[in-house]
Order: sequence, then C-alpha cells, then structure tokens
Amino acid sequence: MSALVLPDRLRLRYEKLGRVRFTSQRDLARVMERAMRRCALPLRKSAGFSPRPLVSFGLALPTGCASHAEYLDLRLDAEAQEPGAVVVATGDHDPAALAALCERLSDALPLGVAVTAAAALDGTEDSLQEAVTSCDWELEVLGVSPAEMAGRLERLLGAQAVTVARERKGRTVTDDIRPNLRSLAVSAHPVREIDGLGEVVRLLAELSVRPRGVRPSELCGALGDDVTLVGACRTSQWIESEDRSVRAEPLSISGTIAAGRPVSAEARGG
Amino acid sequence: MSTLWDRVEPLLWNVEKPARYIGGEDGSISQDKGPGALRWLLAYPDTYEIGLPNQGLQILYGILNERDDAVAERTYAPWSDMESAMRAASIPLFSVETTRPAAEFDVLAFNLSAELTYTNVLNMIDLARIPLRTADRGRDDTVVLAGGHCTYNPEPLADFLDAAVLGDGEEVVTEIHEAIARWRATPDAQRTRRALHVALAQVEGVYVPCLYTPVFASGRLTGYDVDPAAPPIVEKRTIADLAEWPYPRRQLVPLTEVVHDRLNVEVFRGCTRGCRFCQAGMITRPVRERPKEQVLQMVRDGVARTGYDEVSLTSLSTADFSGIEDVVNSLTDPVDGCADLAVSLPSLRVDAFTVATAASIQRVRRTGLTFAPEGGTWRMRRVINKLISDDDLFAAVDAAFSQGWRRMKLYFLIGLPTERDEDVAAIAALAAACVERGRRHQRGASVTVSVGGFVPKPDTPFQWHRMDSPEELQRKVNLLRDAARRHKGVEVRWHDPAASAAEGIASRGDRRIGNVLERVWRAGGTFQEWSERFELARWTDALAAEGLDLESTALRAHDRDEVLAWGHLSAGLHADFLWGDYEASLAAEGVEDCRWTPCYDCGACTTYGIEHVVASPAPPAGGSQGTGQGLDLAGPVGVALGATRR
Repeated sequence: MSALVLPDRLRLRYEKLGRVRFTSQRDLARVMERAMRRCALPLRKSAGFSPRPLVSFGLALPTGCASHAEYLDLRLDAEAQEPGAVVVATGDHDPAALAALCERLSDALPLGVAVTAAAALDGTEDSLQEAVTSCDWELEVLGVSPAEMAGRLERLLGAQAVTVARERKGRTVTDDIRPNLRSLAVSAHPVREIDGLGEVVRLLAELSVRPRGVRPSELCGALGDDVTLVGACRTSQWIESEDRSVRAEPLSISGTIAAGRPVSAEARGG
Repeated sequence: MSTLWDRVEPLLWNVEKPARYIGGEDGSISQDKGPGALRWLLAYPDTYEIGLPNQGLQILYGILNERDDAVAERTYAPWSDMESAMRAASIPLFSVETTRPAAEFDVLAFNLSAELTYTNVLNMIDLARIPLRTADRGRDDTVVLAGGHCTYNPEPLADFLDAAVLGDGEEVVTEIHEAIARWRATPDAQRTRRALHVALAQVEGVYVPCLYTPVFASGRLTGYDVDPAAPPIVEKRTIADLAEWPYPRRQLVPLTEVVHDRLNVEVFRGCTRGCRFCQAGMITRPVRERPKEQVLQMVRDGVARTGYDEVSLTSLSTADFSGIEDVVNSLTDPVDGCADLAVSLPSLRVDAFTVATAASIQRVRRTGLTFAPEGGTWRMRRVINKLISDDDLFAAVDAAFSQGWRRMKLYFLIGLPTERDEDVAAIAALAAACVERGRRHQRGASVTVSVGGFVPKPDTPFQWHRMDSPEELQRKVNLLRDAARRHKGVEVRWHDPAASAAEGIASRGDRRIGNVLERVWRAGGTFQEWSERFELARWTDALAAEGLDLESTALRAHDRDEVLAWGHLSAGLHADFLWGDYEASLAAEGVEDCRWTPCYDCGACTTYGIEHVVASPAPPAGGSQGTGQGLDLAGPVGVALGATRR
C-alpha cells in the first residue's frame, strides 16, 4: 500500500445495513476505532489523564435501525503518523486519496458497514450534532392495511399535539412530538409479506431532530398499539438554513460538504 | 441446513443486547463444505459476552475449520428475555454464524469452565431439541460433548453427556472428529449409539460416562462397573509443546463489548507454583512456555489484524514467564514496539520486582493493581503453599503506591483447611497495614479486600478435605467485615457463601447430582453464576427431593481409601503425591516449584513421558513466592517430602 496523503480534519459518511444494525452506537464507535487503527490512521488524541481519539459521531442511530446516511468527523495528527501508511498534510487534497481511504476503511469494517464518502473539513463547520436539523426515515410496520395507515398518518398531521410517553433519567415524561413531524406518507413501493405475520406497510417520514429527536419506535407507538415496527432505515440527514429555504446533506454521497464548497470527488467504498 | 434468520430477526427488536445473536465477528468463519463435512457446534454455557473470549473454544474453532471435512460454528446461552421469545416463537437454539438450528449439527460441544453454568448446559440441550439424557438419544441425534477444566469431575453432568474430554484439546479434537466421522460412515445396521460410544471410548482422554455405571452402597459410592469396551482409568491429554500450536491464529473480534475485550496471547500453559487450593495449577501441569519470538510474532500479527490497542499475555502466572521482561520491553519499545499498545499481565506475582514490570507497561492509567495473597497469615499461606511473606507483600505495596497506583485489590480465600478465626481477622489487619504503608506515598491510598469461599476441588491435595458450610463461611465473612470496620481505607467485598455451597455440590458431587441439576434447571435455575439469578433454596430443595443433602454431597470430608466420584479420571497426579502434599499442608509445610528445582514426581510428567518446557533454568529474581527463597527468608519452615518424592 502506498502512503495516502490526507487532510488533518475529515468528515466520513457511512452506511450500516443488514445484521450489523443490531449493534449499538457505542459498539459501532469501537468497531470504527479499531478499523481506523488497522488502517494506521494517525488519530489526534485529546489531552489529559486518559487520552481519547478525537472522533465525533453525529446523531446516534437507535440499535436495530439501518442507515444509508451516518456521519462522523475525525482529526488526524501529523506528529503521530507512522512511516509508509498515511501522510497528514494541509492544502489541496487528491480525490483519489479520499476514495482510497473509503475503500481501506470499508475493507477493515464488518460486513454491512461501509464508508461511502470522505471529505476534508476546514474547521469552521458546526459539529454534526448541532448542525443536523432533520432526518428522512423509511419504516416497515405490520398490523394495519396501507389505506388504514394513510388515514392514521393524516390524523397525526392534522392533530394539534401528539403526545408520547418517554423514559428520561428513570422517570416517565410526556412529550409532544407533533412539532417533529415534517412529513408522513405511505410509500408507493410494493409491500412484502412476512410468513405468518402478514403484510408489511412501508412509511416515509421526515422527522425534525429539534428540540429532541424522535425514534422510529416512538412514532410507531403514536400510530396505535396494533402497529408493530419490523424495520427502520435512516435514508438521509439534512442541514437546513435558518429560514428553511436551502437544505443539504452533511456530506453528500458525491463528497460535497453541506456548509461549504465542494472539496472532494466522488468516493465510494466496498 | 436451514437458516432461522428470518424468524429470529423480528425478536431482536425486543431483547436486551441483540448483538449477542448476530455473529459477524472479525475472524468468524462460515463455510459450506458440502454434506460430507462433519458439523460441530461449539457452545459456551453462559452469555455471549462471557463466552465469546473463551480461548479454548476459539482454539478448537480454528483447528476444526482448517479441516476440509469439518465445519465449526458457535453458540452461547441466550439471555432469559431471548430464551422466552425463542420458546414462544418455537425457535430452537441456533448458531450465531448462520442461524442454523443446533440439532442440525452432528456435534454439540460445550466448554465447561465454571460449575455454576451446568444448569445452562441442560437448558441449551433442551433448547436445541436434543433429548436431554444420553440414554434417550437415538442414532441420528446430535452427539453432546464437553471439555474444559470442569471435566475432571463430570459426574454431575454424566447423564447428559455422550462424552467428556480431559486435558488439552488441540490434538484430541482431531481424533474425536475422525472417530465420529468413521462411525458416521458405517452402514446403518452397525451405526448404533453404542457403537459411537465405544468408538469414542477408544480415544485417549475421552470419557464416555454411560460405559461406567456407578455402584452405591448405604448411600456411598463404592465403585464403578466399567464396560469391558472402555478403559478402567481415563488419562488426560497433554500437548508436549505449545510452540506447535500458535492458536487461535485469528482471534475473534466481536462487534459488541465482551469481557477481556482485547488481544489475548497465551504465553505458557500449566503452573507448578503448587498452590494447594488451585485446581487449574494441578490439572494443567507441566509448565510449557511458548517461545519468546513466537509470542512477539503472535502479538504483532494480532494487533495488525484486529486493531486492538491492548494485549493480555495470558497464563496462570504471567510474571513467571522466562522472557517476560524482554517481551514487555520489545512490545513497548518506542521505536520497534507497537504504537500505543497497552500490555496487561493477569495474575501478578506478589513482589516489588513484578510491580516494576507492571509499572513499565502501565505508563498511563495507573488506577488499580490486584494481588492474591489468598491467606491472611504466613501460617495460612504455608498451609496452602502460597509462599508470600509479609515483607514481599509490603515491598509490592511500597512499590505500587510510590509509583502512582492509588488503589489496590487483594484477593483472599476463607474456609481454608486448618483456618482459625485469627487467620480470618488477620486479613483485615494485613490490609490495614497495606493502607498504612500506602498512605506514606499517597494520601488517598485504599485497599479493597475481596474474599471468596474455598471449595475443595477434585485433583487437588485438598480434595479429601471438608468444606465450610454456608453458615460458617458467612460467620467468617461477618467476622472479617467487623474487623475491617476499625480500619480506614479498607473495604471488604465477598462472594456469596451460598453460591460457594452450590459450587461445592456441582464440583464434588457424584452421578446422583444429575437429577438435582435437572430439578434446579426445571425450577427456573439458569444463569446461576449471576448473583441476581441465584438462590440456594433451589439447590437444597432439589437435593431434598432426591433424598440427598448438602452435608453428604458437598461439605463432608472424604477418607483416604474412599472411592472418589472422579477417581477413575486421571490428570496424571499420583494419589500418593496428592495425599502426601495434603499431609504436608496440615503440618504447614511448603513445597518448592519443581520447574526450577528437582522433580518430586507428582506424576504429571512421568505418567505421560513429558517435561517442563521452560526457557530459563533459574527462578525469577526479587521475590520469594514459591521459589524456595521464601522458605529461608521467613523463618523455619520444613519442606515437605511427598510420599513418592525422589
């Protein structure tokens, strides 16, 4: 392997599909860290008694949910680089190096997790957790017909408030999730059957993450006790301008950073 | 073979830690080798996160999967929430690699590392839909095997196992594989369950319980009626040279957090320190070191492949490894070493020298250090042959607290042979003295004392000795706790004495305990290693229902000439040696470590024509523990001569 010339601040986009989605966010962070070590990425570490690599993950993905649009930011350290593997440098970056990084990381990651794009950051971007405003979800549910589901979605959108009960710090609290519901629709995609369990209905939802995010399971709960969630996939995350007139992905699949200029070419890992 | 994934997947939304059931680890293997291959399902009878790191199973997993005619997959005990969901949905036990039903495998092989997992073994056989008892299994039912340290007394599980394997598995697993494959290829008329059992019994190291019928008279075991097709004594298997077995070649790297979540490299097997309470040290003799260069190679390859940033150099006493300093220095060398690699040494020896080694590798996080003096007084430590002088311990304490550690954990056993109340109370005083020394270096120095109840195990010099009742153990715990209250900075923790009693039943019991285990399991007693799931009443009720009691099955002392439940199973140790060492212990006499001193013929080497494989002919410098120096250092102590000592 030839040495990759990489920037010192990077954003990665990755997907989490198949069985591996039953790992938790914490589990995946450890898996990702090991993959980075296997690729000899010279991670910048925090100062202090017990230094940690400076890798910051975006919104947590609930255990069990798949995603085509997960993100993390990381920092590399020129002083920690080992000869031969990675060279950390500022200035313009070779798109091919970022594509190669995606490929190497994907090879070191478990089946179902692949890094699909990488781009340099200039350090002025907001953190992922602060910047992302809403997410698109594709949910698969059992229990009611597509027509019945369409009616229930309309009723939710027409309601003044949609309250759900949540556990917070050991106490049960009620939250109104109506402000989070940007759009809800039954997908036109053909539905599938699960043996002995019935017909699957596919929902498309755009859910705001402010003031607090909504989990797919919470949305299902609001749709009725007879609705069972059997699958959930985050298809996009969005960063919206304050007046909601423009929106962009934190890092598009073609390697474009939301808040700034396009800095990287298309990069797709296996 | 059919996968159950589509039916398992919907359950995973509603169970704790669903990653336990999905496989997908780096190093995981799922190959289709055609219908001719013999299919092994390797099982650990506890949760995924306890079982996955088990090195024994990982070694067999590697050896079997390298064969063209074998497939090995893995399974673990599903946690209770998953078990309920599986039973409700009629889903049987399955492999994590391909989610295939356990009963579609030819062999279900358990690792037995802890006796309190036995009820999980029954539960897993049942969940697999394999007939629970060997006697009820037909020709085409899965073969149920067990290996691991507990098989030196497999009698409590004998009714449920087709065979139990004694000793190192590296060589024997191939012989067992071939024996089963040959049996499977015989014509239907000859392919009986009995023919399978007889074939397995011909493999050295394999015990087939149904060919050994225990004989009881007046409620005591008086012998075994041995089928002529089986050997009267089953001898353990021992690999002569660890260097020939650099396994696991590809350690499994789990997707979810497990215990010992790091690279593990075994630096030696066996231990001849001779601690008399330690079953592992008795049954794994002799010491076989891995060459230093191979250790370094395995660490370097493993780190590069797995991405782990921590390696544990494993053995029963890693500070005794001949090349330990060289290995540690090479791995932590700023130029040639592995960058940012943390090296951990389990089972530290108690001396300042060892602390210095620990200091050289734990450069960053010096939070806690653990030592195991095991006995509170020098007399007690002579009885158990853990020859640590108070001065050694204090030197270790000085070294640790002066070099930045702030907390220390000390392990002790209570309920030891000849123990008096003053030995128990002395534990608190010893810990207090350690705190007092620690505070010369660190204002907040503290010591945690962790006590376990002693269970006299098979194949140790204490196998004949009485075990304390749970009430007596609790009294001693209370005594220690009260004694420690007077001392600031000493915290006492203890293992539940009731759980020790159940461990006594399962480790010392004979074949009558099989029915007891089945009753405990049927009453809901799974995961007995987990304190929140354990209740001694389940065990004592089950004993009573079988006309047995705790006293006669677990606690009582055995006579020298009594037939022991495990007497027909041999770890090579001469009964004369064990008895001689037992007598020496009662006289508080220590014995040297034979790896550096002349052989006293315990039997482990001479029975099998093997020897220690140790790179250094001299004991490590700087400590007294068991090296012989301690015997002079700390006053007059006779050195025992076992009955058959040369």
